[in-house]
Amino acid sequence: MTLPAGVERHDFGGETSLATQGQPVYGERTDGDWRRWDPHRSKLGAMLEQGMETGLEGDETVLYLGAAAGTTVSHVADFAGPTYAVEFAPRPVRELLDAAESRQNLFPLLKDARKPESYAHVVEPVDVVVQDVATRGQARVAALNKRFLTDDGRLLAAIKARSEDVTADPADVFDNVREELSAEYELLETARLDPYHEDHLGIVARPRED
Amino acid sequence: MSNGWFAGLDPDDDAAAVEQIEAGRADTPEDWPQQAVEAGFADDEAAYYDRLHEVTMAATSAAVAEQEGADDQQLVHAVRAMADCERTANELAERVAEWGGSRYGDSGSGVEYARSLADRDDEDEGDTALRTLAEQTAGLADEADSLRAYIERTAPAVAPNLSMLAGPVLAARLISLAGGLEALAKKPSGTVQVLGAEDALFAHLKGNAPSPKHGVIFTHEYVRGTRREDRGSAARALAGKLSIAARIDHYSGDRRPDLQAELDERIERIQARAEEGDE
Repeated sequence: MTLPAGVERHDFGGETSLATQGQPVYGERTDGDWRRWDPHRSKLGAMLEQGMETGLEGDETVLYLGAAAGTTVSHVADFAGPTYAVEFAPRPVRELLDAAESRQNLFPLLKDARKPESYAHVVEPVDVVVQDVATRGQARVAALNKRFLTDDGRLLAAIKARSEDVTADPADVFDNVREELSAEYELLETARLDPYHEDHLGIVARPRED
Repeated sequence: MSNGWFAGLDPDDDAAAVEQIEAGRADTPEDWPQQAVEAGFADDEAAYYDRLHEVTMAATSAAVAEQEGADDQQLVHAVRAMADCERTANELAERVAEWGGSRYGDSGSGVEYARSLADRDDEDEGDTALRTLAEQTAGLADEADSLRAYIERTAPAVAPNLSMLAGPVLAARLISLAGGLEALAKKPSGTVQVLGAEDALFAHLKGNAPSPKHGVIFTHEYVRGTRREDRGSAARALAGKLSIAARIDHYSGDRRPDLQAELDERIERIQARAEEGDE
């Protein structure tokens, strides 16, 4: 697996970890102007750490759904091009705004990922949609946001089993999500994100032609 | 073809740009940077992105301030006003129906009957008097509807988890009965369970009535939709999750979708007792 340009492994106090170049955001360790991208705190970081073929090369245009306080999206903006960060809850967005302050290519939006028409007037077609929304109907969110992906774009999603059904076996939940997602996307690779994130499934997918 | 956020904007008008980011819509994304340059909104794509960064920062920080400023006391006023409008509209509708029956012999009732009289043509002064009263009645019912819409829009910003579990209107009622979100967050779930049933509760405490099983949360489908002998359990389970939701809303503000799934699962188990024939 190759890492995207702008993502490197660096040594942080004896521990080798993914890192990107940019202003620190959440008190992460730094090595010069490289800052640690902790896979325990980032599902996309865990997907890269697991060696999933994300297809990321660097400099892509990105739509990030579920940006929360900006932990992961700040790393994405460090190596990507224009990065649109959608988050629904006002409180974490305060911190997202802090992360975006020093990143000219990061555009924060307080919007609901289930209502793409409320941000399609701002977001351009993108190479990559990163999805990390802890809500029920995660496959539906992916389907609704397919409109933003270029034909050869990639969906990089982290599916949280507990958000769909706390009682069901995560394996069954993931089967259902994979099946539902297959209507709109061709799944290229899926992998559990253990041990970094319990009961999460990482998905790399490509949009099917309409 | 959809319009981008910059369509028709003066490039230097910050307020209008912020408004467009917040309220604009489009069905499909388009190559906005290129369109903005072609339309003369920005000199080149780099200038477009600089401007986009400025306005999304400003719009998002304004939207956060607005949503966080949506306060629980405004919600309390709105939900009480809605209840007043509904109650008064219903009382007046009864009066209108009684009066209308005496004049036209119609056997209508309620706000719908008042609406039908409001559209009637007058033949004499008595018709006019009744018609204008019917209009006011319908107007109050409309006011209640628009207050409800206001509550449905603002309650999720004030108390996202509570609104998710209870629905915005019941969430606002609970906040109103407790006197505020903080007061609700501090109440034990047994109190939340009987909020709105104070009369029954005091009758019980005096020793001459059974304890009430539920207060205003009876309007929730999970209580109402559960068979009578299991309603107490359903009300207790619902109240438990609602008080957790109120505490998260007051103390952290995070959204916790897990709560909904946990509640669904508890209620499913309680309602399954009916099928199992469990006494």
